[in-house]
Amino acid sequence: MGQTTVEKIISKHAASSVRAGDLAIVDVDGVMATDATGPFTIKAFRDMGGIDLWDAERVSLILDHATPAPNERISNLHQMLRDFANESGCHFYDVGEGICHQLMVENGHVKPGDLFLGADSHSPTYGGLNAFAAGVGSTDLAAVMLTGKTWLKVPETIRIELVGQLPKGLTAKDMILFLVGQIGIAGATYMAVEFTGEAIRDFTLASRMVLANMVAEMGAKTGLVDPTNLELWYDWEATYPDDDAKYAISQTFDVSQLKPQVARPHLPSHVSDIDVSQGKKIQQAFIGSCTNARLEDLQMAARVLKGKKIARTVRLLVAPASRKIFNAALADGTIQILSDAGATFLNAGCGPCVGTLGGIPADGEVIISSTNRNFQGRMGNPNAEIYLSSPAVVAASALTGEITNPADILNGNTDWEIL
Amino acid sequence: MLVGKTHVYGDNIDTDRIIPGKYTKTLDMSQLAAHVLEDLDPEFRHRVQSGDILVAGENFGTGSSREQAPIAIQAAGISVVVARSFARIFYRNAINIGLPVVEIANHTIENGQQLEIDLKTGAVTNLAAHETYQARQMPQVMIDILNEGGLVNYLKQHGTYKGV
Repeated sequence: MGQTTVEKIISKHAASSVRAGDLAIVDVDGVMATDATGPFTIKAFRDMGGIDLWDAERVSLILDHATPAPNERISNLHQMLRDFANESGCHFYDVGEGICHQLMVENGHVKPGDLFLGADSHSPTYGGLNAFAAGVGSTDLAAVMLTGKTWLKVPETIRIELVGQLPKGLTAKDMILFLVGQIGIAGATYMAVEFTGEAIRDFTLASRMVLANMVAEMGAKTGLVDPTNLELWYDWEATYPDDDAKYAISQTFDVSQLKPQVARPHLPSHVSDIDVSQGKKIQQAFIGSCTNARLEDLQMAARVLKGKKIARTVRLLVAPASRKIFNAALADGTIQILSDAGATFLNAGCGPCVGTLGGIPADGEVIISSTNRNFQGRMGNPNAEIYLSSPAVVAASALTGEITNPADILNGNTDWEIL
Repeated sequence: MLVGKTHVYGDNIDTDRIIPGKYTKTLDMSQLAAHVLEDLDPEFRHRVQSGDILVAGENFGTGSSREQAPIAIQAAGISVVVARSFARIFYRNAINIGLPVVEIANHTIENGQQLEIDLKTGAVTNLAAHETYQARQMPQVMIDILNEGGLVNYLKQHGTYKGV
């Protein structure tokens, strides 16, 4: 009997070959924590008696959740992480460098075939480049910093095959929102998700990361995208499942008739075609987060907004995923287009998505957001409503002041590659 | 043996409702306890007493990896969380900080009932309804971690994982 991708990657990191259901102690290739989880991680590391890191080269700390610090309590926590990084010699990304998941990929801290743990629930994002990556809490992460190891249960795998051609103007986000709706908020709990199929063969790395990112909203431990046609800027080795690998569930979805997808409050799995939400008045539109704030996301928003002005009743906030992306978007004119349209730029970071800094909605307000979660209170106010969509839908909605299909703005001419 | 009074909530209680992100940037446990379940039930933190038991439906703790969620629950005085099922990161985090979590797929526990929980055997007795339930067995490594009071103590004791 063959192995799934996850069984292969975990086997490489364990003492023996493993199968779904096995418990294993594994060697970890790398870890990261943020200003949200890092302080408790450092406290746990010290409480465990930790002095030196198991391998400083394999540890990264990132300030991204509440940056720049809005008060002295948080600036002191930032300082605690800075001090720890200085003393330990681990990698450190200070205020404004970007969102942890983007930085781990951009800077090559995680590579295909790796087993990587992040103290952030969207760590499965690295499955976009064919790594096994899972989110853990602070104490689990501290244990890796001390020992280089963790224990895990080898997950069963759900295989999702995506067939047909995604209609023009639709995005990886529409695809993953649709799938979260289909699989459910807990439909993949404890499991791995493998994405494959012709519909995603030509996806960019950024789009692959969007798919893997939101397996967290299915409850999954990790998600991996078939590496066929994946292009990276360094040498790497792909891991494919065996033909006779055993899957817990195998499902095929035809995406050729897909419409833009929107998740309604207060669950990411409350997903339907945009028709259901169309016309809903919004007061804030946000393009950001580890899900959708990469160059292609900003470019698709610029495509929708070029030469136009957002509605007077709307605040459009944009927070790029990293400084590198911000610079690329400056260089190619994307930032200028968005700014001319009325966008307000925030520094690269997580703030508005997680209600920690910037863009806190007022009571009764409605937000359309390119982020990944719309739980009650997620953006900092339990009396606001959050709708989730692609950056293109966010941009179109910012223009009209109500949830809008971008195809209606562009008269169907939704070719994201042309700026 | 743990004995306590229940506070019962529903399915998919996410980490944002357990402790909103805006309150998580602290190392002060009492600050976390002060906002526990704030958006779900603002009265909970005033009503809860030390040793009480938190009970929920499916997928408790879905969402974020924030360990502040089980810490806030523990700091508020809750002795054990019972649910039909748990989100995976929350489940691991709770064990790692020494907060027992008990998964009972078919429980019908109601608010204010008195429960008696034997963590060793997984036997749960609903003293009010005269019912018993059997909790799902945890992997040995988790039982070991819980027995040491959490992963910090476990690693202080053993230096590394002693086996699964």
